[in-house]
Amino acid sequence: MSRHAAAYIVGAYEHPLRNAPDTSVAQLHAEVAAGALADAGLTKEDIDGFFCGPDAPGTGPLSLADYMNLNLRHVDTTNTSGSSYLIHVAHAAQAIAAGKCNVALITLAGRPRQEGKSKGALKRQDNPNQPDFEWENPFGIQILGVYGMVAQRHMHRYGTTAEQMAWVKVAASHHAQFNPHAMLRDPVTVEDVVNSPLVADPLHRLDCCIVTDGGGALIVTRPEIAKSLKRPRVKVVGCGEAPMGQAGGYFEITDTAAQKSGAAAYAEANVKPSDIKYVSLYDSFTITAMLQIEDLGFCEKGAVGRFVEDGNLISGRGRLPFNTDGGGLCNNHPVNRGGMTKALEAVRQIRGEAHPSVQVPNCDLALANAIGGQLGVRHASSTLILERG
Amino acid sequence: MSDYLNPEPVPAPDTTIFWEAAKQGRLLLKQCRNCGKPHWYPRQLCPFCFSVDTDWIEASGKGEIYSFCYMRKAAAPYVLAYVTLAEGPTMMTNIVDADIGSLYTGQKVEVDFRKSVGEWSVPLFRPSGPGSL
Repeated sequence: MSRHAAAYIVGAYEHPLRNAPDTSVAQLHAEVAAGALADAGLTKEDIDGFFCGPDAPGTGPLSLADYMNLNLRHVDTTNTSGSSYLIHVAHAAQAIAAGKCNVALITLAGRPRQEGKSKGALKRQDNPNQPDFEWENPFGIQILGVYGMVAQRHMHRYGTTAEQMAWVKVAASHHAQFNPHAMLRDPVTVEDVVNSPLVADPLHRLDCCIVTDGGGALIVTRPEIAKSLKRPRVKVVGCGEAPMGQAGGYFEITDTAAQKSGAAAYAEANVKPSDIKYVSLYDSFTITAMLQIEDLGFCEKGAVGRFVEDGNLISGRGRLPFNTDGGGLCNNHPVNRGGMTKALEAVRQIRGEAHPSVQVPNCDLALANAIGGQLGVRHASSTLILERG
Repeated sequence: MSDYLNPEPVPAPDTTIFWEAAKQGRLLLKQCRNCGKPHWYPRQLCPFCFSVDTDWIEASGKGEIYSFCYMRKAAAPYVLAYVTLAEGPTMMTNIVDADIGSLYTGQKVEVDFRKSVGEWSVPLFRPSGPGSL
């Protein structure tokens, strides 16, 4: 296979901390940037493009670019919440192809645990000028409640059960036991999940992700530079992005924008779901990962409950190894923005550098997907397809 | 489930009419004069045909539960829900006066208004047939 690729991921770094009481947000960004540069074998002076989200303190990229003293000619602060960072990879590849930069740095970092934002039951802190605010805030909209409604409706429409949802957490926890940095390293059973307290019916506590401090970074560059470096090469062969909302009041909350972002990425890469050896899926809740499995075409719509049963997402055991780092359910979910860590584990898998107990054999094609915002109200999906080479 | 403790609505300049009607126990919707389709949430521009010629209409107040979630960890637990209105669109709301354990998707509901923590009234729904208290 020699698929065209405008860009390669050459640097990837995940901050080892999950609690960062002694490090500032700016310094966390700088540490993940330095980590990714060291991984790539590049230096700060090589960076001429910088991509970040609103976790970067200050106006857009300005404060952090100044803090790190970057010499830039291209910036992009696209914000689709947790899916931003996969979109940043896509936009970096596009900017590189257009000649706007050569080496793009993407960072995500923060310390929500120190700032008291680790609870999923947080109410939205939205701007009243946001046109939907007036029609949702008075009803006590919370992330938990919206995802609870998504899960409830999937159960209603397709007969999905709490035990089937639990298998997603079981698989993530199985993988997390091999990750020394994971926040939750103990494997759990289906019974553990369904016997954990209900938090927002039908969601149990163990259906919910963790929230962590820390972050991660990626370096994207042009093929000539990638080929001059020593690390195993990771080609960006397909990208897709799409938002989805309430469509004027006529919507289906068990559908996600991954239908669109996935189709775009598969078309660009010229591959199909059955070609994918490993997937990173945003697992803010067990149901989140399940809807992506359906909408990315790994099973028929409505059939994901049966698909995830019996360890089908466990590496070495099932047909679709997923989130082999432990994902956001067990390993890391910095700043409630899961897109970055999804790309990081996909890069490890393509490089053959995942933990030996969870490394997918001959993993030459991987997909990373992220959902940003909230399913069931408005969200954006971003899809990346990565190839060894 | 009796006291409504969720945040006060913040009407926009072009939606105050909705909240004034709610105070009088009337649920309004926006409908396009050009394409005829009602939408939710209310806005001046029709989200289907982009006409600016939209009208406030009074909804029947009848609908059915689209999905729901019991927010049991809240200081005053409540049911967050989507209700599909008889007129077509689906709106976010709460379900009140209901036996939580017997709620189901597709259940018939009708609008009810509760005073918010401040000066406004908020449209909520309660079961109108089997399952009502």
